[in-house]
Amino acid sequence: MTTAHAEAANGTLPHEPEKATLEGRNKVLAFWLFLGGEAVLFGTLFATFLALRNQTNEGPTANELFHLPLVAAATFILLVSSLTSVFAIQAMHRNRPAVLRNWLLITVVLGLGFLGLEIYEFSEYIRHEEFGMTTSAFSSAFYTLVGFHGAHVAFGIVWIGILIAQLSRKGLNVITAPKIYVSAMYWHFIDVVWVFIFTVVYLLGKVG
Amino acid sequence: MAQAAPVLNHSKPLKHGHNVKRHTGLMDWITTVDHKKIAILYLWAGGLFFGIGGLEAILIRIQLIKPMNTFLNAQLFNELITMHGTTMIFLGVMPIIFALMNAVIPLQIGARDVAFPFLNALGFWTFLFGGLLLNLSWVMGGAPDAGWTAYAPLSTSTYSTTHGVDFYTIGLQIAGLGTLIGGINFLATIITMRAPGMSYMRMPMFAWTTFITSAIILFAFPAITVGLVLLTFDRILGANFFEVGAGGNPVLWQHIFWIFGHPEVYILILPAFGIISEIIPTFSRKRLFGYSSMVFATILIAFLGFMVWAHHMFTTGLGPVANALFSVSTMLIAVPTGIKIFNWLFTMWGGQVRFTTPNLFAAGFIPTFTMGGVTGVMLASAPADFQFHDTYFVVAHFHYVIVGGLVLGLFGGLHYWWPKMFGRMLSEKLGKWTFWTFILGFHMTFFVQHFLGLMGMQRRVFTYLPNQQFDLLNLISTIGAGLMGVGTIIFLTNVFLTSRKPVGALDDPWEDGRTLEWSIPSPPPEYNFKQTPLVRGIDALWKEKTAGNKGMTPAEPVGSIHMPSATALPFVMSVGIFIAGLGFMFSRDDFGNAFMSFIFNNYIVTAIGLLITFGSMVLRSVFDDHGWHIEPEELEEG
Repeated sequence: MTTAHAEAANGTLPHEPEKATLEGRNKVLAFWLFLGGEAVLFGTLFATFLALRNQTNEGPTANELFHLPLVAAATFILLVSSLTSVFAIQAMHRNRPAVLRNWLLITVVLGLGFLGLEIYEFSEYIRHEEFGMTTSAFSSAFYTLVGFHGAHVAFGIVWIGILIAQLSRKGLNVITAPKIYVSAMYWHFIDVVWVFIFTVVYLLGKVG
Repeated sequence: MAQAAPVLNHSKPLKHGHNVKRHTGLMDWITTVDHKKIAILYLWAGGLFFGIGGLEAILIRIQLIKPMNTFLNAQLFNELITMHGTTMIFLGVMPIIFALMNAVIPLQIGARDVAFPFLNALGFWTFLFGGLLLNLSWVMGGAPDAGWTAYAPLSTSTYSTTHGVDFYTIGLQIAGLGTLIGGINFLATIITMRAPGMSYMRMPMFAWTTFITSAIILFAFPAITVGLVLLTFDRILGANFFEVGAGGNPVLWQHIFWIFGHPEVYILILPAFGIISEIIPTFSRKRLFGYSSMVFATILIAFLGFMVWAHHMFTTGLGPVANALFSVSTMLIAVPTGIKIFNWLFTMWGGQVRFTTPNLFAAGFIPTFTMGGVTGVMLASAPADFQFHDTYFVVAHFHYVIVGGLVLGLFGGLHYWWPKMFGRMLSEKLGKWTFWTFILGFHMTFFVQHFLGLMGMQRRVFTYLPNQQFDLLNLISTIGAGLMGVGTIIFLTNVFLTSRKPVGALDDPWEDGRTLEWSIPSPPPEYNFKQTPLVRGIDALWKEKTAGNKGMTPAEPVGSIHMPSATALPFVMSVGIFIAGLGFMFSRDDFGNAFMSFIFNNYIVTAIGLLITFGSMVLRSVFDDHGWHIEPEELEEG
């Protein structure tokens, strides 16, 4: 920790700044643990959805509702945002704060694009398909699972946005680096969850 | 954080020397991030809820003292049994477990604090506000009345029309958040903060069981989080998860609840196993028999604990294959548990056993818990369970494991570590009175309930008819409950009288302390260890004692110690969640007042609460806490 402080004071950054201090290592470790808990959270939501996905209560079925092109576009956007957050971390490891900030900005913009498509999708269902939270057990499970994911995306956008602001003010150092690193872990996690949602909710809904 | 600056220059302030703002009185408690103070907060809050839950139990037993009693009506009885179970498990014993973990774990592993002092405080305050919200139900339109398991459809808005179950879902959601935070914190603490030489297989058993318990919390609590969200959405947003008419499935609730609920049982009992495993070697003057088998038995219990949930649902109708599988997996748990029982007995065997109060509780724990375990194996047999299900046999079983196991363990742990937490020894005389009245009362209350259950008395029914041979056994049971109440009052008297005595406990007040917490003053200074100790084996302090050393060998020179700053943000965040929860709960109500209806029905109250919480999170992120330092000269003074 003392060496990390010294390097930070000299204006250089240790090789992996997110793990240079005990606080940083603790943060990364605890965030892995937190993601383990999140996996159980989404696992339970997926199990609920699978149990109720055919209980449509004479409302719209998955096959009638979903338009795969729209969902595929959203999937593409979110997967690309995961890639850009990898580029951000690579820039961080090369100690290039400006490049890091730009990749984070692109990640946030892509996240906003994904969220916009999701909001559009939900509003279409509610306005034109009469498919709301109260329609059927299927609709409740759909909105809860996909909505939980969407709320996670929204939280991530705000979080990374705040980190971009901090990066401009405080610079890249052993205090800001762990924060950026765990936000990237979070972003990858919600990306992985989306891959499962795309498969279990949308693809299975079209063929199952 | 645990490292100290190697070079010291006393004449000028260090690079990171920041001014420290000291709070006093109430503000000190609200802003503290010290694990020892948070332990005391957990203990008082947990003790308060334990008292409330105990009074509820006494009221239940008074109602059942005679047949056709009219002391309570059916509605109030349902509310009392629901709140008794919920309060005891989530707000009574779990916080007291967290109190002991907070008080002891950093000391046992040779750390100056937990990995995340801020989160530690946040975990406490969210638990407290969740618990307060749940108990507000008594004065805000009626407590939850669907049982602590809140089975759908009884708990859905169709059959439970008051706000009672909303208090249950939102209150537990908030309290559960605190537990999850605490679990992650202890996992990280034990992984990264151990003193030099403290390998995993040199950790004290209580540290091991805390570690495993925290892992169970991490993987079990998110399941109930989802379950509570689904029930909340059903009740407040009109979702259909458990509404059969709209395609929902009530059995889904049972699965989700017990996937959480059964591991929860092990979250409760494993720390008690750890406490017993500390007390028995200390007062037998022998190292724990079969340490490594104890560790692996703990891990195995945690693992199996996740695969047995459907034994709570044998009568639901899952079919013979599922019932057989869950029957076998449940019986398997008896194997690692049996290993533990024998290890404790073999630890005492041939030891120089001293029956101090903590050791009395530990010795009382072994047979009592074993009885609860044996009835557990009986209940694991699915065909027999069709007879036992929902009778007092089940009530007797789980009180034997939770009260006869966990609560005896907690009493033992509290007497054992009280001098370390508060610097004062509890009175041994009153402690022994507590033990004998409590354990006699306990067996009187619950032993007879086995027979009541086998004779067919149903649980959760507010009264019973005369002339079924239930009368005498129920009378005995109620007298026993009173005796347990007397035991608790003696304990509280002991605590009060002890608090009037001056602080004077020795570093190692039991004289045979084996682990690191007994190598430092009672109560420990803010920074715990002036120099981080070097651990040279299992039972680190005992090893030094047998080598003829006066104390631990330090692993570092005396240096400046970095401390985290006190902050009120965890408290403010929890207040925010509390407001948001209340706002969401009443978002569909008609208040008969235009302004109130407006702010609640448009989610304005919810939004304000969330804004407070998320705003505090932003503040925490934007303003870095540089902490402060305790300098070596202050260490010499203190």
